[in-house]
Amino acid sequence: MNAVFEGIGASVRRKEDLRFINGRGNYTDDINRPNQTHAIIKRSDRPHARILSIDTSAAKAAPGVVAVFTHLDLEAEAIGGVPCGWQIHNKDGSPMAEPMHPVLASGKVRHVGDPIAVVIAETRQQAKDAAELLDIAFEDLPGISSVRDAIKPGAPLVHDDAVSNTCFDWHIGDKALVDAAFARATRIVKLDLINNRLVPNAMEPRAAIGDYDPMSQDYTLYTTSQNPHVIRLLMGAFVLHIPEHRLRVVAPDVGGGFGSKIYHYAEEAIVTWSAGKVKRPVKWTCDRSEAFISDAHGRDHDSVAEMALDAEGNFLALRVSTLCNMGAYLSTFAPAVPTYLSATLLAGVYKTPAIYAEVRAVFTNTVPVDAYRGAGRPESTFLLERLMDVIAHDTGMDRIALRRQNFIPADAFPYQTPVALQYDSGDYQTTLTSALKVADWDGFEARRTKAAAQGKLRGIGVSTYVEACGIAPSKLVGQLGARAGLYEVAQVRVHPTGSVTVFTGTHSHGQGHETTFAQLVSDQLGIPFSQIDIVHGDTNKIPFGMGTYGSRSLAVGGSAMVKAMDKIIVKGKKIAAHLMEASVEDIEFAAGKFSVTGTDKSKTIGEIALTAYVPHNYPIEEIEPGLEETAFYDPANFTFPGGCHICEVEIDQDTGVVQVINFTAVDDVGRIINPMIVEGQIQGGVAQGIGQALLECAIYDEQGQLVNGSFMDYQMPRADDLPNMSVGTETTLCTHNPLGVKGCGEVGAIGSPPAVINAVVDALRNYGVRHVDMPASPQKIWAIINANKLPMAAE
Amino acid sequence: MPQVTLKVNGKSHTVEVEGRTLLVELLREKLALTGTHVGCDTSQCGACVVHVDGVSVKSCAMLALQADGTDVLTIEGLAAADGTLHPMQEAFRENHALQCGFCTPGMVMSAIDLVTSHPEGLSENDIRHGLEGNLCRCTGYHNIVKAVAAAWPVMHGKEAVAAE
Repeated sequence: MNAVFEGIGASVRRKEDLRFINGRGNYTDDINRPNQTHAIIKRSDRPHARILSIDTSAAKAAPGVVAVFTHLDLEAEAIGGVPCGWQIHNKDGSPMAEPMHPVLASGKVRHVGDPIAVVIAETRQQAKDAAELLDIAFEDLPGISSVRDAIKPGAPLVHDDAVSNTCFDWHIGDKALVDAAFARATRIVKLDLINNRLVPNAMEPRAAIGDYDPMSQDYTLYTTSQNPHVIRLLMGAFVLHIPEHRLRVVAPDVGGGFGSKIYHYAEEAIVTWSAGKVKRPVKWTCDRSEAFISDAHGRDHDSVAEMALDAEGNFLALRVSTLCNMGAYLSTFAPAVPTYLSATLLAGVYKTPAIYAEVRAVFTNTVPVDAYRGAGRPESTFLLERLMDVIAHDTGMDRIALRRQNFIPADAFPYQTPVALQYDSGDYQTTLTSALKVADWDGFEARRTKAAAQGKLRGIGVSTYVEACGIAPSKLVGQLGARAGLYEVAQVRVHPTGSVTVFTGTHSHGQGHETTFAQLVSDQLGIPFSQIDIVHGDTNKIPFGMGTYGSRSLAVGGSAMVKAMDKIIVKGKKIAAHLMEASVEDIEFAAGKFSVTGTDKSKTIGEIALTAYVPHNYPIEEIEPGLEETAFYDPANFTFPGGCHICEVEIDQDTGVVQVINFTAVDDVGRIINPMIVEGQIQGGVAQGIGQALLECAIYDEQGQLVNGSFMDYQMPRADDLPNMSVGTETTLCTHNPLGVKGCGEVGAIGSPPAVINAVVDALRNYGVRHVDMPASPQKIWAIINANKLPMAAE
Repeated sequence: MPQVTLKVNGKSHTVEVEGRTLLVELLREKLALTGTHVGCDTSQCGACVVHVDGVSVKSCAMLALQADGTDVLTIEGLAAADGTLHPMQEAFRENHALQCGFCTPGMVMSAIDLVTSHPEGLSENDIRHGLEGNLCRCTGYHNIVKAVAAAWPVMHGKEAVAAE
């Protein structure tokens, strides 16, 4: 039995690690099907052009080529476009513009990377060689990459049949109330800011293998997905018209997602459909350069924020107007990101009584933009937490005091914000106090002085944030435009000899579910951790679940497991009562044992399981044999993790290089199952946040050519770019799920970027700087320093 | 097609390859050693690092033909035949230095070379600079740095050197 505690709260080492550290993981590109062919996707190298003709004859005649397909082949079979899973409505109530997103470009290409044709050959090299022989005639059209250009009158239209490039023009909040508050405000502080466009860059490039069995007419798709059932539903029902019982989607080990592997991508449909055509498996693996122009990007918001304040520095109202870049087509969840995942969080941790936000989403000749780690919440957090420091700067108030004064107090929960969300729990004073202590905020000025003596500009920045995750109540998201439910499912199978297999609808691609969920089940059922296995990622094995994103796996998927285990225990009690000739009401379950209250009589869960499968002496009139239960869980609300991040930087005046010296995170993620894994999630999120703040940005030229589309050019955070991090937690429990858990996957990426930029601006305080847009690159910082040369004596 | 003869994880192979075949393609496609990964196409990410004659090499930046006559060690050959882990593998697991696992094989192979080639000791800075050629998107490197520091004394049979 358990010699070591492996239940809730233990930093159990991960089950999944053994295969990964031995190189025995099973990622999609590691899979090879018998007799498989290889696909290369021919993509547009220009941002906007009319396709005049595609001559495939030379490619088809090339050595090893099995088939070449273009949009004409798909259209001949009425293959549908790539669907969007979320519908936003305009201010006037009309639905958003939702232009056709063809699987292979039809008539026009609309971004660099737009797929035009697929070449299938015996080997990957042969397919690559043949793809070079495709003769495509284009008529180039003017392209646009920036949202500001795209909304100008007379701008080139990304979609010819649209009246403008606007996808939707949406708003939330009480405009009249906000306008009235602004009219009576003592002071208004305004800030323009950009949330830079990012490329997710999970280390495993996307890959997909389509397989078709002509005998059964079954299709199988192996794919790098965070949510295999969502892919099966979208691709089967909307694109390829394959009935779901004929379509199996397998998402095996997946090498990171960060949102970019949520969406249904054209390549998945291409390989699945092609496999049916060539009657052989078709495998496609993305190159990294190809990923830069075909994986959905993240962020790309351009906002104006204004806060109305009274004479004492209390917030009266917030007004925000955001332009956001959708790219050339709508990716699966793109419309939800700037609206219901971002604008609804504009209260942040503050009791701002009136908020109005408008969001205009715009098509451009760039790769589609969708959710990337945090999805909307990093954007609103960056806006608010930069605004806090700018208010402090403009009014002369202390930035900590300003925040504390306007915090939602700990006794105000549940707290209804003016922008739809109701926070269930939180304690922002405590996480702030704790982080200030860990970061030695009070000792900072001494460190600043010391750094100045060495010619360095040192700065410190804070960010206090809340986010909404654990997505989400189906009824609510349905009202908000989601075209799917967002419950989760778990099937708990107790085997005859007492070991357990759990089938979950969530998907693990780095989060360690095989460990955390096994700890949860071990804790609740009293079965040893080593006797529990978690199965995910195969629609032929697991019940219909919605997958992993929005830090939802434990809060929603774990809650479904608890519900299923509750059913196991209820049934187990009936069996135990029968075996021990007691009343069901007198049976207690704890630590893996069913006991008769007030006696020494008990049965282990293993004995109960064996009885359930060998029901010789069994209440068969009352209950069925077996010990296996399924539960679906649809949460009552989002969960609301929050906390405080503090960043300390040093700037080299000669080079403009910003170095993060210390990073402190104190987060409230609710109850913690495995502290080691939670810390790892937060460290990884913070690394991506620091990457956004200092290093990363997808840069397009005006026409829509991606300038930095490789790891040579796009600056990913490396080991020597990042600091050691101090990660701590303070806990308030979620009030509406059975475990009190909130979620930890995204908090790092949400809370950290403004802490970094606030520190950079603080370091540059003597240079007349009020705001620096991300990334705070050496070039940008060097220019600021050199435009405002000050003697070091200013320190 | 030309032939290449090499030893991989102690076993000899003679394989026909195209002139343009990369070492990583030979390992993954001809020898089915899929533990070595490909994460980019510009030799930046380090997911494909293996040891060639005892030195870490990005196997996407070496032609298979260049590996003729060499002794290659991949992640699959690291643990002992009885499953006993290499100290670096053990340190990665113990310190939660991996999440999705995709960069891990290359990261482990690089880290072993880094530790082996620095018997005098490694500071945190040395480790961060030494791993600059390996990208990880999940961990933020914090625990990878810890793991490498923890493996150093085990691999050198010494007490841990004082942290910087």
